[in-house]
Amino acid sequence: MSTLELVGVSRWYGDVVAVNDVTMTVGPGVTGLLGPNGAGKSTLISMMGGFLPPSSGSVTLDGVPVWRNTEVYRSIGLVPETEAMYDMVTGWEFVLANARLHGLANPVAAARAAVDQVDMMDARNRDISGYSKGMKQRIKMATALVHNPTVLLLDEPFNGMDPRQRLHLMELLQSLAAQGRTVLFSSHILEEVEQLAGTIEVVVAGRHAASGDFRRIRKLMTQRPHQYTIRSSDNRALAAAMIADGSADSVDVSSGALAVQASDFGRFVRALPKLACDGDVRLLEVTPADESLESVFSYLVAR
Amino acid sequence: MNVTVMQLTARNLLGRRRAMFLVILLLLLLGLAMLTRWASDASPNASSVLANGFALGTVLPLMGLLVATGVIGAEIDDGSIVYMLAKPLRRREILFSKLAVGFAAVFIFAVLPTMAAVVIAGDEGGQLMLAYGVSAVLAAIAYTAIFVTLGIVTRNAVVFGLLYALLWETVLGGYVPGIRAVSVRQWALSVAERMLGSQANGWAVTSEVGMTTGLVMLGLVTVAAVYLGVRRLRTLTLNSIE
Repeated sequence: MSTLELVGVSRWYGDVVAVNDVTMTVGPGVTGLLGPNGAGKSTLISMMGGFLPPSSGSVTLDGVPVWRNTEVYRSIGLVPETEAMYDMVTGWEFVLANARLHGLANPVAAARAAVDQVDMMDARNRDISGYSKGMKQRIKMATALVHNPTVLLLDEPFNGMDPRQRLHLMELLQSLAAQGRTVLFSSHILEEVEQLAGTIEVVVAGRHAASGDFRRIRKLMTQRPHQYTIRSSDNRALAAAMIADGSADSVDVSSGALAVQASDFGRFVRALPKLACDGDVRLLEVTPADESLESVFSYLVAR
Repeated sequence: MNVTVMQLTARNLLGRRRAMFLVILLLLLLGLAMLTRWASDASPNASSVLANGFALGTVLPLMGLLVATGVIGAEIDDGSIVYMLAKPLRRREILFSKLAVGFAAVFIFAVLPTMAAVVIAGDEGGQLMLAYGVSAVLAAIAYTAIFVTLGIVTRNAVVFGLLYALLWETVLGGYVPGIRAVSVRQWALSVAERMLGSQANGWAVTSEVGMTTGLVMLGLVTVAAVYLGVRRLRTLTLNSIE
């Protein structure tokens, strides 16, 4: 069992702050690092993997700093986002080379177990340059698993995978976590993280915005004020009804369409059709104005 | 040294299109050697001018540069070096393995062809071949160390390397005499000059520096480059900027 600990970690490049004062503990089980593109997820993973020193703060694995400490790679397996590998060799040769680089006692058996685990035995003797994106991803997984690490760091592992491969990888990660390993992966897709991760760490604009299990994160995301744009046959009547009913906090009628803000998402979506029906108003269009992940995240940060 | 690192490095170096350039450069040198023989009737003097100016002055640094990009620069650029660095291996071990592969490649693709070119273009009892062979080996060691380290220190190693190979060694040296003494080629050439003794002048094998200075400078530069290379590899940061 291993625990990664980040205490007050910041990282900046010149004037640009990529990671801003992040403190988190990543223990056994699956942890999802969730955030929009450019939020600093890769920077965080680079620091956890010992490939980037924090500008301030500390990153330790079981109490030992990871920067400039190649011994940590006995317990860390890394699946980088970059697709480049040593393309001229076959998948098998590459995994075997990784086993040898780790100095394992029985590299052939270790490589066989790892390649088998990612279900690549059939394609193992083809050149990596001829692999599909999903196959490359699985060989990358095999190289990270070959030395049986207690910590697995994966940077956007689901990118470019088809649904079947996605499911397979999810099962694999879950089984690894069930063995007591610490598995951390990054993603910008909430559903992906929700399905897989016991713990979710949300990062937005370099800051640690939220932390907890998916129910907590879901709740945080659904309980924020929701904004809708509504067009109807009688905007003013509908606006009056919504305000009177209390399901909307504010309604702006000035722009020709209704701009509605509702803090209780569930109540609003149930009330709207009923109010329209009672008032004999036809709903022409109901659009969530800010459902992009970015705006959800930025709400979490602003909170 | 680590055999696995060397294997992967060698596959990487020769597997890409880069290997084609190595062969083209080699063939160019041999072709020029044949032309030289035909044009100047196998005179050792013309042969020496070819070996000195083109082989040592252009082919060797260019080959060193190409090979260095192949053994480490390209891997740092595309990020695949992470697979070697994320291992419980001393970074020194990784660098030495890569330097060994790099030197072997420069030896095969530049040093041996230089000796062959001298034989083809004109020699007298193998003297020139031996002298240029030793000089080329020394220059190959220094160039490999310098360019491999350059590949770790900067992502623009090719630009700097080309500027050095083309401007510093050939053009600037022609205008500013002082620069001529600060050059891997001149240092390496000092050994050939000493080896040929009284015939050196007649065959246009003259170095700007004496042999002691030349060897000391080659040693210093090589050791400094390797030291810097290991230090930089230890703190190499990898981050796919989002």
